[in-house]
Amino acid sequence: MNPEYFATRLNRRSFLNNVSVGVGSLALTSMLGPAGLAKPAKRSSLGVINPLHFAPRAKRVIHLCMAGGPSHLETLDYKPKLAEMDGKPMPRSITDGQPIAQLQGNKELKCLGPQHEFKEFGQSSQSISSALPHIGGIADEICIIRSMITQQINHDPAHTFMNTGALVAGRPSMGSWVTYGLGSEGSDLPGFVVLSSVGGAQDQPIASRQWHSGFLPSRFQGVHFHSTGDPVLYISNPKGVDAKGQGAVIDAVNSINRLRNKTVADPEIDTRISQYEMAFRMQASVPELIDTSNEPQHVFDLYGARPGDGSFASNCLLARRLAERGTRFIQLYHRGWDHHGGVKNGVLTTAKHVDKASAALIRDLKDRGMLDDTLVIWGGEFGRTPMAQGSGRDHHMKGFSFWLAGGGIKGGISHGNTDDFGYHSVEDVVTVHDFHATMMHLLGVNHEKFTFKFQGLDFRLSGVEEAHVLRKLIA
Amino acid sequence: MVIFFRMPFARQTCLAVAAALAGFAWPGDTLAVDKNPGAIDFARDVRPLLSDNCFACHGPDAKKRKADLRLDTREGALADLGGTSAVIPGKPNESELTRRITSDDEDDRMPPPDSGKQLDDRQKELLRRWIAQGAEYDLHWAYKPVTRPEPPSVNNGSFVRNDIDRFVLATMRDKGYAPAREADRRTLIRRLSFDLTGLPPTWDRMQAFAADRSPRAFEKLVDRLLASPHYGERMAVFWLDLVRYADTMGYHSDNVQTKPLYREYVINAFNDNLAFDQFTREQLAGDLMPGATRRQLIASGYNRLNMTTREGGSQPKEYIAIYLGDRVRNVSGVWMATTLGCTECHDHKFDPFTSRDFYSLGAYFADLEETPVGPQKYKPLPTAAQQAEVDESKKQLPALEAVLNTQTPALDEALAKWEAAQVKWTVLEPSAAASSNGTGLAIRDDRSILASGELPDVDTYTVTFKGVPTGTRVFRIEALPDDSLPKKGPGRAGNGNFVITEVIVKAGDQIVPLQNATASFEQTLANENNPYKKWTAGSAIDGDAKGASFGWAVLPKVGVAQRLVFEASEALESGGELAFILKQAHGTKHTLGRFKIFATAHAGKVTANSVAPPKKIGEILAVPFANRSDGQKKTLATHYRTFAPELADARKELADLKARIKQLEKAYPTSLISVRLAKPRTVRILPRGNWQDDSGPVVQPTVPARLNLANLEGRSSRSDLADWVVSKKNPLTARVMVNRLWALCFGRGLATPLDDFGAQGTPPTHPELLDWLAADFMDHGWDIKRTLKLLVISGAYRQSSTTDAETMDADPLNMWLARQGRWRLDAEMVRDNALAVSGLLAKPIGGASVKPYQPAGYWKHLNFPKRKWSHDGGTSQYRRGLYTFWCRTFLHPSMLAFDAPTREGCIAERTRSNIPQQALVLLNDPTYVEAARVFAERIVRNGGDTDDERLVWAFERALTRGPSAAERDILLRLAKERAGYFAANAGEAKAAATAGEWPVAKTLKPDSVAAWAAVARAILNLYETTSRF
Repeated sequence: MNPEYFATRLNRRSFLNNVSVGVGSLALTSMLGPAGLAKPAKRSSLGVINPLHFAPRAKRVIHLCMAGGPSHLETLDYKPKLAEMDGKPMPRSITDGQPIAQLQGNKELKCLGPQHEFKEFGQSSQSISSALPHIGGIADEICIIRSMITQQINHDPAHTFMNTGALVAGRPSMGSWVTYGLGSEGSDLPGFVVLSSVGGAQDQPIASRQWHSGFLPSRFQGVHFHSTGDPVLYISNPKGVDAKGQGAVIDAVNSINRLRNKTVADPEIDTRISQYEMAFRMQASVPELIDTSNEPQHVFDLYGARPGDGSFASNCLLARRLAERGTRFIQLYHRGWDHHGGVKNGVLTTAKHVDKASAALIRDLKDRGMLDDTLVIWGGEFGRTPMAQGSGRDHHMKGFSFWLAGGGIKGGISHGNTDDFGYHSVEDVVTVHDFHATMMHLLGVNHEKFTFKFQGLDFRLSGVEEAHVLRKLIA
Repeated sequence: MVIFFRMPFARQTCLAVAAALAGFAWPGDTLAVDKNPGAIDFARDVRPLLSDNCFACHGPDAKKRKADLRLDTREGALADLGGTSAVIPGKPNESELTRRITSDDEDDRMPPPDSGKQLDDRQKELLRRWIAQGAEYDLHWAYKPVTRPEPPSVNNGSFVRNDIDRFVLATMRDKGYAPAREADRRTLIRRLSFDLTGLPPTWDRMQAFAADRSPRAFEKLVDRLLASPHYGERMAVFWLDLVRYADTMGYHSDNVQTKPLYREYVINAFNDNLAFDQFTREQLAGDLMPGATRRQLIASGYNRLNMTTREGGSQPKEYIAIYLGDRVRNVSGVWMATTLGCTECHDHKFDPFTSRDFYSLGAYFADLEETPVGPQKYKPLPTAAQQAEVDESKKQLPALEAVLNTQTPALDEALAKWEAAQVKWTVLEPSAAASSNGTGLAIRDDRSILASGELPDVDTYTVTFKGVPTGTRVFRIEALPDDSLPKKGPGRAGNGNFVITEVIVKAGDQIVPLQNATASFEQTLANENNPYKKWTAGSAIDGDAKGASFGWAVLPKVGVAQRLVFEASEALESGGELAFILKQAHGTKHTLGRFKIFATAHAGKVTANSVAPPKKIGEILAVPFANRSDGQKKTLATHYRTFAPELADARKELADLKARIKQLEKAYPTSLISVRLAKPRTVRILPRGNWQDDSGPVVQPTVPARLNLANLEGRSSRSDLADWVVSKKNPLTARVMVNRLWALCFGRGLATPLDDFGAQGTPPTHPELLDWLAADFMDHGWDIKRTLKLLVISGAYRQSSTTDAETMDADPLNMWLARQGRWRLDAEMVRDNALAVSGLLAKPIGGASVKPYQPAGYWKHLNFPKRKWSHDGGTSQYRRGLYTFWCRTFLHPSMLAFDAPTREGCIAERTRSNIPQQALVLLNDPTYVEAARVFAERIVRNGGDTDDERLVWAFERALTRGPSAAERDILLRLAKERAGYFAANAGEAKAAATAGEWPVAKTLKPDSVAAWAAVARAILNLYETTSRF
């Protein structure tokens, strides 16, 4: 099917959904002020899966993407055997024939023992690194997966695979799939938002394709919020133009567009009118979202955030505010986990940026009764080798760890295991597609039935091969 | 027993896994009402049904085939399945297929319920009727040879402008529709201008066209637009999407990898109306053409437009496989509209292509030189003028070189003088060497002395030389490196250093007075207590006047030979035996490891820095002139000319000329082009696309077996591939291209989508017309302008894009062409239009990519290295959108908002979204704010004196029509209200009236410009302004 047709059809549909929320011929300028636009509005738009395939456990997703590839061996997967083998040669039987990134060409691969102690946390006695004490503090809320595998050993393709389920560029990201399927709960803010922060290691590049909508209609693209300048690109009025002036221009535009529509009857014009209204509302709702001055001090203390510092902690707080306002898919990139050297201090440093706020987000969501229907995902695009790369570790795709919380996930459990070296996932192996399938399931979507026709084929996020919903994880 | 449908549905089947979404209908024939359904056509009606519902398990992929049944061939469908057949022609009731698709038993029914596929009653009836009518199979439409059908005869004198209209009208009537009226002239010129040049018409042009009553007015306009240099720019946007042109690599660090020469080639090729077959050949194999021209080499850069990586830790082998796949997907997408990419891992599910086809096609590109992981190598591509200039300069080289290579009597004379001035050293022959502290001193064959064994803190060497020539005046101690010494010496101290604290030369009992010591290097390190402030040559002949522990030393320049040169105060009257006493009293083992002593009778001044001639020249100089061979004389003369002061001018001239040539060559533009490897890479079929699996068979370059028209065999080249692509026998290429040209003029293809002509695509709505156009295209030398002209001249093109509600409802996609298409302008045109209306647009063609305003920090996610976007100044800021620097990972956000693709893969058809970000861009992006401000200046300056006049003037310039009364009221109200606001807010007025970097019209009143800028913004934001209709 012709995607252009499809996009048009969708836009028409979304228009029908939006028309009830549009302000019609009401002048935008009359909506200014605290009673008008500044108030976050709850207006939902339906997705294409309507009704959902089954009752959802989660309404929204917050993906805390630990970009760069955190070492599972220093965070969530303790390996006593590897400690014993520290400095000794890595058995060839494990590494022979395996793809290797920067360690390629090394004559002898040596084991590097875990660089941090692990402790048992919570009533569930989950084993978590002492470098992540706050995450340890929410041990009973989270499910640790220790048997992830992926198909890509370099950052850029591995992120692409994690986000789109495909190795070829041009496929929609999971946030786009989710908002396309489920729609958005709030129409004053985008349904798919991306935030990012740095600190703790070399900040790896992240391409905007990671939140691109691929062959899905463009409006399901992730909207990237920036910590400096305009939080959303082009959200501020031009210099010399006040809100009233902006509203007057938009009013004139929409009025003339309406006149035009009377002569040519083009549904694209209807959509265009509602998008200008939406844009104008975003010009108020985005600053309102970003302005955290109404948050009490104890909330800042909980997250360890300072207003407007662009940190991961601030982004976690914004993620909660977005979740409250109905954003469907919120993705936070912390680009600080690529510890090729000095993994010991590296993990510690990056953990200082991430640990407290990650735990705070879970606690805060729980306090507000939102954890039950918010799926939180914590993990990177891959893990790191049990073999030393100097004092660090190289990229590793055959075994790494994730944790999930909320949204129907059983807390206080772990799932799967790697071998004694933390090299291969060997028990209850979880593919990236299994993860996609499970996420979709929690959202009330049968991943096998959620497809999009492109170039004559039915594409789905969870890929070609059979993917499994991880039922053991679901409460 | 019938087993074939009982196999469980396989979940693993590629892609065609599951159902259409609730509420969405896919099959093409349900999208528009066919008011007169005709007889069953296999290609149009049946094949798509079978393909979508059955082929995943009963299609071309042998590995995934269930129950050994294939329905994609007639043989397969009719095959005996143990007493029955899936299809028995003429007997639908006895055919297993009919039974299965109508079965109520869930275990029996096809497609299986868990596949999510379902046939509705109409579709079931269609299949039944097809079997009843004989179950004829027909080759898939896209693989049938292109024929040239006769245009049907129709009568409608006013609508039919050319043969295209005969096809269109016949089909339209057949489906029960009638043409829309012809659009007005203002709409036509606007439509044509955007379609053919991507720019709006000016008001003056519009008026001239509207007033031109000649019968050829329309054709003249078309000819003018096709001849415009902006035509090539417009067509380039279309082509650059297909071939994925970008200015960065695409992966990871996404570094700059710009190829503006290629973009310029594309623009020029369209402007010059290069035949499409030649255009194709040049891109796929320009480098292999006999006597390949610069243009053809640049064109061959097509093969280098794929994404590449520099990410550390990437495996070269993996990326070689990735690049191969990328090229196969692109070639098959650009020229064949075929989803060959599906066959990277397995045989195609729906179309007759195999994995072997994928890798065999990829093997054509295994001859390309490229860097798997790392920066790609650019090739210099001088323009004709640059080449001529360098050639001209190079022509002057021989004459200058001849001067420098010719020995003249004057030079002979100069050489003799020079020779007389040379120092001729003799190595003194040691007869005895002794240490005062037990060091072993050995005399080597080369007359050097080497110390070894005992290593005392201090020492004094006494070396006796025999046969010292009479008249000797200057001595040279050469401290030599040796592998046996620490740090290779020359000293024996751990750091390779030594200190000669005093040299005493004795002739018999007589001490020879010494003077004027110099050295090749004097140590300045560790000189704290040294009264000389460095370890000087002089302190080795000072009679230890300032202390016995100071002398000549060379740290850190150890490991190489160092020289100490000094003179006797008078030449020796008699030669013979001479003793050298070398005191080394510094301590801590700073003694000499190896050395030679030289002498000369040279009368002139000699220092350590007197350059000794190269060894070979020294040897010649040692031979008396009369005894030298001709060869030796020639060598000496050549050597002399390299520095002869007499030739200094000529030498400088030559050096300058060479520097100039180098500079000129450095200024050559460069690009990535195809360079053929002597030995192409081996290509194997990768099982399931796994690059680490070497078990697959090696394949040679060849075209897909199903489409191997020329029976290419053996090793064939990219040239052969190109010839095959543009062979008139190739059923795809011409159809694919004319279908896309059609889409440029009508908004959608005759066959959709534009990138899939396979079984899963929709068969053409007008198959005869598509074939007629394809045949006409090939028969007239693949002439793109000719085809475009046919399309736009047609009555079908000239129709209005508005129609009655009934037609809109019956045919929302405009499949039957009873009106023109209407759509939002492409990203580039949205920009170009605003710049053109404001008067800012810079119009030069080609050149490097440019950087319009972009929000600060948008590139903060890029690293290795970190980089900043610095927007261009001057007219470069106002260039057309197609020149915008195309960063694949972070495409300019305004372009992205309007659906410009990131150009990671082949894009035949952009999505046309309608999103709030577009509103934010048009309202707030500085480019558009500035365009409105500059437009406002023009309005105030040229638009007349009253608000009313100005408004009409502005409206006409932007929309090529006057405003309606209602429109005028709305905008005048805005103008008035804003004028009031800005009159009262001077600061705001000034800010709004000075937006952007374009020089401000200082003579105009800021509040007036600011108010009109608000009106200009409103006009530039109108849907009509940014749409083509």
